[in-house]
Amino acid sequence: MSKALIDIIKQKFPADVLESHSQRGDDTVVVYAARWKDIARFLKDDPRADMSMLIDLTAVDYPERTPRFEVVAHLYSLSKGHRLRLKARVGDQAGTSVEIDSVADLWASANWAERECWDMFGVRFKGHPDLRRILLYPEFEGHPLRKDYPADRIQPLVPYREVPNVDKVAPFRADEGMSFGRQTFASGPSTDDDDVN
Amino acid sequence: MGALKETSPDVLATGAGEGFVTTKFNDLLAWAQKYSLFMYPFVTACCGMEFMAVSSPRYDFSRFGSEAPRFSPRQSDLLWVVGTIVQRQAPILRRIYEQLAEPKWVLAFGTCASCGGFYDNYACVAGVDKIIPCDIYVPGCPPRPEAVLDGLMLLQDKIQRGDRRPAIVKPRADPAQDQSLGLVQLRRSSTRPAV
Amino acid sequence: MEPIDQELDPAEIELPAEPMLLNVGPAHPAMHGTVRIVMELSGESIERCDVQVGYLHRGFEKMCERGTWTQVFPYVDRCNYVSPMLNNVGFALACEKMLGITVPERCQWYRMALGELARMSDHLTCDGAMAMELGAFTPFLWMIKGREMIWDLMEEETGARLTHSFGRVGGMAHPPTAGFKENAKAVTTHILGIIEEVERLLLGNRIFLDRLEGVGVVSAEDAISLGWTGPCLRACGVAYDVRKSHPYLRYDEVEFEVPVGQAGDSFDRFMVRIAELKQSASIVRQCIERMADTGPVNVTDPRVILPPKEEVYSTIEGTIQHFKIVMEGLKLPAGEVYAYSEGGNGEMGFYLVSDGSGTPYRLRIRPPCFYVTGGLERVITGAMMADVVPSFGSLNMIGGECDR
Repeated sequence: MSKALIDIIKQKFPADVLESHSQRGDDTVVVYAARWKDIARFLKDDPRADMSMLIDLTAVDYPERTPRFEVVAHLYSLSKGHRLRLKARVGDQAGTSVEIDSVADLWASANWAERECWDMFGVRFKGHPDLRRILLYPEFEGHPLRKDYPADRIQPLVPYREVPNVDKVAPFRADEGMSFGRQTFASGPSTDDDDVN
Repeated sequence: MGALKETSPDVLATGAGEGFVTTKFNDLLAWAQKYSLFMYPFVTACCGMEFMAVSSPRYDFSRFGSEAPRFSPRQSDLLWVVGTIVQRQAPILRRIYEQLAEPKWVLAFGTCASCGGFYDNYACVAGVDKIIPCDIYVPGCPPRPEAVLDGLMLLQDKIQRGDRRPAIVKPRADPAQDQSLGLVQLRRSSTRPAV
Repeated sequence: MEPIDQELDPAEIELPAEPMLLNVGPAHPAMHGTVRIVMELSGESIERCDVQVGYLHRGFEKMCERGTWTQVFPYVDRCNYVSPMLNNVGFALACEKMLGITVPERCQWYRMALGELARMSDHLTCDGAMAMELGAFTPFLWMIKGREMIWDLMEEETGARLTHSFGRVGGMAHPPTAGFKENAKAVTTHILGIIEEVERLLLGNRIFLDRLEGVGVVSAEDAISLGWTGPCLRACGVAYDVRKSHPYLRYDEVEFEVPVGQAGDSFDRFMVRIAELKQSASIVRQCIERMADTGPVNVTDPRVILPPKEEVYSTIEGTIQHFKIVMEGLKLPAGEVYAYSEGGNGEMGFYLVSDGSGTPYRLRIRPPCFYVTGGLERVITGAMMADVVPSFGSLNMIGGECDR
């Protein structure tokens, strides 16, 4: 939780750090989206930082802000044990041009994480080897984790069956599922250990 | 055998219908079917863990004749839909159902398969019966193995009666808690202390 | 040779050169999770493959944005559904980090004990299923027997065998029952006995060893780059365990070892889990020894915890507190936090973004097995078809966690 990591970044990229904080012990820096990859590469290669693992990469949608989306990466160093949250803000209000560099060649875990970000938020990662949907199907239109996608808008692949009055028998009939002993129409209502065959 | 009923021409032609021998034969066939239900476990989610528990020695559905899970739909008659069906999985479920040979039954294992559960969102299908017809609904999240066995027995009754109406397994009280029944007292720890 | 072939020069007889496309579809017998692997096979070896997940994407993160913070607990339960208590505890820890509160000591021991029991259930299931897929059905049944004992205990404590929803922000839903300690001790004893029997049965078996050793090898650098954590990473030789490296709850006060493998193959992943089972049993015993028999389990912070029913019905403060927490949801201060704990598959992280109201603004679950499954392509490419089953089984992909 030391601020040393933030200081290293500020020293190397003085013009590119927009904000930083350590709320609740989590070191966080917000950087310019255009320098995303350079800063990520620096954090991976520089021996003082040595961020060997990209623990997570995701995005958050703030529709009332511009830029609208915030791409959030959590980095971790196995050798040093320190963590960093790296953020960048991208995207226009409409959400049509949301782009940032891909870090999939730096950390292999970014491959799927960025695909999920694309799937859920529509953030396009430039240079990603295979940017396609991962959790949803290719026929799905839209990006569900955006705040303007209604949670219950379904896009079924198989049209739902139209079955008028699906005659689901209520679970209260006397001859079904009674405690102890099964009954059938043949034997009539309840005697215990009445067996069909 | 009762009064002679009006017999329709095609029944006379094919010989099918309510003859004594055919009814007994149907009973025999139904008996054979219900005690040899080969299942296709279409397992997706958390209910799969309870499915593993039901198949394990303690609860063991194979004593109901439902012995081996057959991982080919062609060889099964009972499709167990275990767990949530999401929109992406729906075409696969439909295809598996279509591949099962008649006579086939469907058991919706768990609340997600019965009615979608608490996933009222873009991703999930609100119940398997939106895609395929379903015979038995076993609610629970996940259902207790006893509820599943209840569902299986309910299905067996239905097969015997030739009843294709869907049914829901209803909750039951645990008989072990009822002292008046004089069952073996199971080991239970003493009541919880007050907070 | 067929008569027609005898006329041809052997050099001219060609078998079709294009690789065969095989779809190991989403409905397949390995009872781990629904995943679709589209493979290009040349004979038995896999030249390329595409692992497609998402067949259990249930939209957790979107659903969590519609309720309160406490209503998230059932959702996180269904993430890693073989060790649900670890998810509950992890999420509760995340909310508590955001609030800046610490639960009482008795609750910490309780959480640790239940969490380690859940971890044992996870490893029993994974290893049992792996053995079953290789043809060893008996160890699977024995391990499920052990798992049933754990689930019985969980049922006593929480009311549900599998998806308990037992954690709460600021404590647990109920205090431990009177018989918890002796039950836990009995359960761990039985399970250690079962593991011993399983080891005797499996570890001398030539077939079992040949199918696992040297299969699905992943180097430590690859694993780190792929974001692997948990038993899969430890099998590659990297001793990273959140409980040791960044202790939370009281993990720094109990003694346990972190088993580390060497070869990074499926056998090491199997054995790491077996060893972790034994370590977890030991942790459970230490926790129940140190856990007090009386004392509060929940914090008394009125912003967070529902007051006891007597107070709700008799004092105005109790009524107001109850009302506010139930109707508006407990309020986490605005901001963001990332809290992590050791889930069944590795570092399970929760990135919470709060806007100060009772509804989560964004809840990101960092699923350990999403990243582990992301490495599956690298693991099986070049391997043979039959190696997919043990490799995939040893990764322990849980669909609920991977796809959320």
